[in-house]
Amino acid sequence: MSLMAEVGQKAFNLGLPLAIHMDVTYRCNERCVHCYLDHDDHGEMTTDEIKGVLDQLAEAGVFFLTFSGGEVFLRRDFMDLVAYARSLLFNVKIKTNAVMIGIEEARKIRALGVDSVQISVYSHRAEVHDAITKLPHSFERTIRAIRFLHDQGLRVAIANVLMTANLNDHYGVQKLAADLGVQYTLDPTITPMMDGDTSVLALRIPGEELETVLHSPALVPNQEEFCAPPKPPSEEDLEGYSCSAGHSFCYISPYGDVFPCVQFPLPSGNVRQQKFMDIWNLSPELKEVRSIQAKDLTTCSSCSHVGSCSRCPGLAYMEGSMRGPSTADCEKSFYRTGVATANMLKQGLSKPRTTTPLVQIRPLAIPA
Amino acid sequence: MSETYIARSSSIAARMLAGEMMVMNSADSTFFTLNEVGTAIWQAADGRTPLREIVRDKVCQEFEITPEEAQADAEQFVAELSGHGILLVSDQPLSPRDSR
Repeated sequence: MSLMAEVGQKAFNLGLPLAIHMDVTYRCNERCVHCYLDHDDHGEMTTDEIKGVLDQLAEAGVFFLTFSGGEVFLRRDFMDLVAYARSLLFNVKIKTNAVMIGIEEARKIRALGVDSVQISVYSHRAEVHDAITKLPHSFERTIRAIRFLHDQGLRVAIANVLMTANLNDHYGVQKLAADLGVQYTLDPTITPMMDGDTSVLALRIPGEELETVLHSPALVPNQEEFCAPPKPPSEEDLEGYSCSAGHSFCYISPYGDVFPCVQFPLPSGNVRQQKFMDIWNLSPELKEVRSIQAKDLTTCSSCSHVGSCSRCPGLAYMEGSMRGPSTADCEKSFYRTGVATANMLKQGLSKPRTTTPLVQIRPLAIPA
Repeated sequence: MSETYIARSSSIAARMLAGEMMVMNSADSTFFTLNEVGTAIWQAADGRTPLREIVRDKVCQEFEITPEEAQADAEQFVAELSGHGILLVSDQPLSPRDSR
């Protein structure tokens, strides 16, 4: 286990907030077809409020701080917030679409000692990327910003969310990342909107395509281990927990709401009304999330995948129960290994039930 | 005898976790956890206090260790962290502007 993993495990075991994801705004200059956010401003925290929260997080021992949105640079005070966070010695990561980052912003980000910048790129083809973001010329501006940031010596990662609209483009984006000298990450997860609207789920890539992606050595290394049939769950597996959400990680919205994770909209408190550590230590919701072990899960506890599944408790919560299955992860487990999940068997399915994809952009095959 | 001055780099992130100081350099993602003695030296690395004084006041007194042993350990510690750009070392006092 790496030193970093050891520290993470220690924070998890002690229930200490090691990492926070903070969205500083939901406003955005793009209108991505798959986005789960409402982009209106319903009363964002002020600069002073956010700085006050950062003071509390530093005192609470938070080390990793991710600033995200919405588009973070739509806040005029964003660089001020980053500077303040760095003065408190957080390890700061920024998630952005980067269209507002010029040379000056890139220099400032570098000078402030930001750890890394993650940037969404949906395709290597401008017309596909721009059709997903609905912002003309966004591809051109984003790629230019990636070059600025990379030239500054910053660590940059392209995040490639995979959906029906850009299904065939992941190899192209991977090559683009390599050409730009930046990292590449692939994410096939499409999340329901925060108000519960599930219409965007129609953009999830269909199962057969997911199988192709999960079995691609270029996209997923360690194929032999990754795609191996699940081992029979051990006692340790059944005593285990889902992920760090609520254990050593949580999410704070632009309005001060605290949730176990950005993908787990269980209201657990608000930093405008309570001290962060009071929420972290006393929130009944966070306590409940922390209490759930694999053996407590309604369907998954009897599933052969329980020890290796990427089951997201937040997606399960959005499906109706934080102790229930997350269908998207059932699909991944099935298409990864070819072994049916308990959730599928319970429904008498030999293959996951797939929805008809709402293809908004016709994917084109990439020439070899 | 020339003095050694040490200062924390401004590119680092640091936080105490359950008695251990975590330190990470954003420039190359090197990650360290420091023990109590390392943490004491780290916290005293203000760029103005000579390492010899830090060892005398923060290490020998707090941890009951001989000055010779402590000085040698401290120098090794400083060399390792400065090699990763986490500590800056100079024979002159360092100002915060130097801490890049």
